[in-house]
Amino acid sequence: MPEPQYDDRGAIAPTGAGGATDLALSEAETLERPPPGSPLGTGPSGKPRSLWSDAWHDLRRDPVFIVSALVILFLVIISIWPSLIASGNPLQCDLAKAQEGSQPGHPFGFNGQGCDVYTRTVYGARTSVTVGVCATLGVALLGSVLGSLAGFFGGGWDATLSRLTDVFFGIPVVLGGLVLLSVVTSDTVWPVIGFMVLLGWPQLSRIARGSVITAKQNDYVQAARALGASHTRLLLRHIAPNAVAPVIVVATIALGTYISLEATLSYLGVGLKPPTVSWGIDISSASPYIRNAPHMLLWPAGALAVTVLAFIMLGDSVRDALDPKLR
Amino acid sequence: MSENVTLPKQQDSSGPGNGGEPLLTVEGLQKHFPIYGGFPFKRQVGAVKAVDGVDLTVYPGEALGLVGESGCGKSTTGRLVTRLLEPTGGKITYAGQDITHASRKQLAPIRSEIQMIFQDPFSSLNPRQTVGTIIKSPMEVNGINPPGGREKRVRELLETVGLNPEHYNRFPHEFSGGQRQRIGVARALALEPKLIVADEPVSALDVSIQAQVVNLLQKVQDELGIAFLFIAHDLAVVRHFSQRVAVMYLGKVMEVADRDSLYTRPRHPYTHALLSAVPEADVDSAKKERIRLSGDVPSPIMPPSGCPFRTRCWKAQDKCATDVPPLVQISGNREGHLTACHFPEEPTIAARAEDVVLDPALAALEAERPAKD
Repeated sequence: MPEPQYDDRGAIAPTGAGGATDLALSEAETLERPPPGSPLGTGPSGKPRSLWSDAWHDLRRDPVFIVSALVILFLVIISIWPSLIASGNPLQCDLAKAQEGSQPGHPFGFNGQGCDVYTRTVYGARTSVTVGVCATLGVALLGSVLGSLAGFFGGGWDATLSRLTDVFFGIPVVLGGLVLLSVVTSDTVWPVIGFMVLLGWPQLSRIARGSVITAKQNDYVQAARALGASHTRLLLRHIAPNAVAPVIVVATIALGTYISLEATLSYLGVGLKPPTVSWGIDISSASPYIRNAPHMLLWPAGALAVTVLAFIMLGDSVRDALDPKLR
Repeated sequence: MSENVTLPKQQDSSGPGNGGEPLLTVEGLQKHFPIYGGFPFKRQVGAVKAVDGVDLTVYPGEALGLVGESGCGKSTTGRLVTRLLEPTGGKITYAGQDITHASRKQLAPIRSEIQMIFQDPFSSLNPRQTVGTIIKSPMEVNGINPPGGREKRVRELLETVGLNPEHYNRFPHEFSGGQRQRIGVARALALEPKLIVADEPVSALDVSIQAQVVNLLQKVQDELGIAFLFIAHDLAVVRHFSQRVAVMYLGKVMEVADRDSLYTRPRHPYTHALLSAVPEADVDSAKKERIRLSGDVPSPIMPPSGCPFRTRCWKAQDKCATDVPPLVQISGNREGHLTACHFPEEPTIAARAEDVVLDPALAALEAERPAKD
């Protein structure tokens, strides 16, 4: 007996886009009577669709996602192969040309040390992307593991971890950076990344905790528990896949903020140190000359702004795709 | 006559009189959810007595219906029996084994025998897993390898519950509510359980689909001889499905009897009130007596002393406030028909001389328009 259509519509509504709904509806209508002799293992219309593929279906049609993804793709490519678009050496400088403006072969002009601003801006992307990606991976890993455990087991675990996150939330990022990083002498990016992970994990841990607590109340988790499933299985098979979406969204947005935090710390002189090429260092060294030679500040600052914006917009559109209810 | 012995046991279940060994026994079961409050240090300031002394017995192959209004502790009882919740007090015995506080490891062999069907077909299936994975996971967790492989068994189960085996690779959101509930039933059947706790399995479904799912459950019960603890608030569905029925109120069992006794010879005033509230589809039939209780169910945080129903009962006397009525067989009842009441009603559902209207607002309304009806 065919079931009423509104049931089907109700079942699919949360997954979003109109196109997807219509397609899934027509599939559902044929559920009861598939064409005879269709191959075992596939439904009448072939490939099954998960919520992730529904999200991807939405994202492909979202101009914000496409633009920000293209910007990020471009950034990643030039941070791996900067020589693709910049032939010079960012550390080769000619003091005679200090603060000179745009000229043939040097479209962005020269900075205070006579280095080519264009080359330095291109090479700076590698530092920013490295710091952003590594800090985000570290934060996401540490934060989501600790947060999931707290949310899943509750009780003492949860209380301890929640107080601990409160402590870390209480540390002002810039002040903490000034205090902790000023004693570090290494000129690599790792102390900065370590600092960001140290101060960043509580944010992700709270998100993961909340999302695990929501997911673990679902009946399918109770059903799995009634089957005798172990804690590991409950967490990995049932809770994590349903709790991971907010973590991904927040991590994507946070990636942009880590890039700007790196610039902030470098600007303050406690982040990365020359000879590392970084937008933050360039902004810092250019800022006294903003009235004489604004181009020295403008280009690295513009690159930073576009990068941060791209990651934040990407996070936004991923969030919309994963949770259409927020629209 | 000797063939009768091989018949499935559920055919002759008419209560404790059938002489069989009970499959599940619940004695004085309690679940109190603590309430924390206070300043500056939080401490327990009270408890929600969701289940407060429930006695139940389920025999192999029989369907025991558990009815009662919202918030009376039906679902909590179900979750205690499947040990999803830790009981505060009382005793749960499954097949002679005390499982009241058994650990996950101790429960492992029993897990496969007690299964659960959930109320909400939308939250009871993991949206990230395919139907095949969902139904297969009980076998994976319990390390069961049926002959012919797990996938073959899943396809058989899908067929058993009236779904197309081709749907193996689909996701739950591609199905309607009724179909999802069938998937839930298939998952519960995967381990060939002896007892299924069905927690309002049809109340989230459309009425036309309800009948399909109830009939499916009935088919399963008849063919596989699985005992059911069928939790519901729909008296008609319970009457259709159960051989015995228990009525709960405020965390306690008020009356338990075989289906016919409960529906035609109820003794507890609360059962009378419940039955009189069942809507009548036949508009031409004589107007039935109605019992309209006043107010709401008392708070389970501070339940009334003595009989929990006394605050809304028209027969309540001083004794009801002091003595808790025991769940016993009252004279004139059939065997197995137990009632917890000091002043039981006549065993009848015949029309009363006049309506019992306890709600003052309703009574005033009735008095205003006597001629219209």
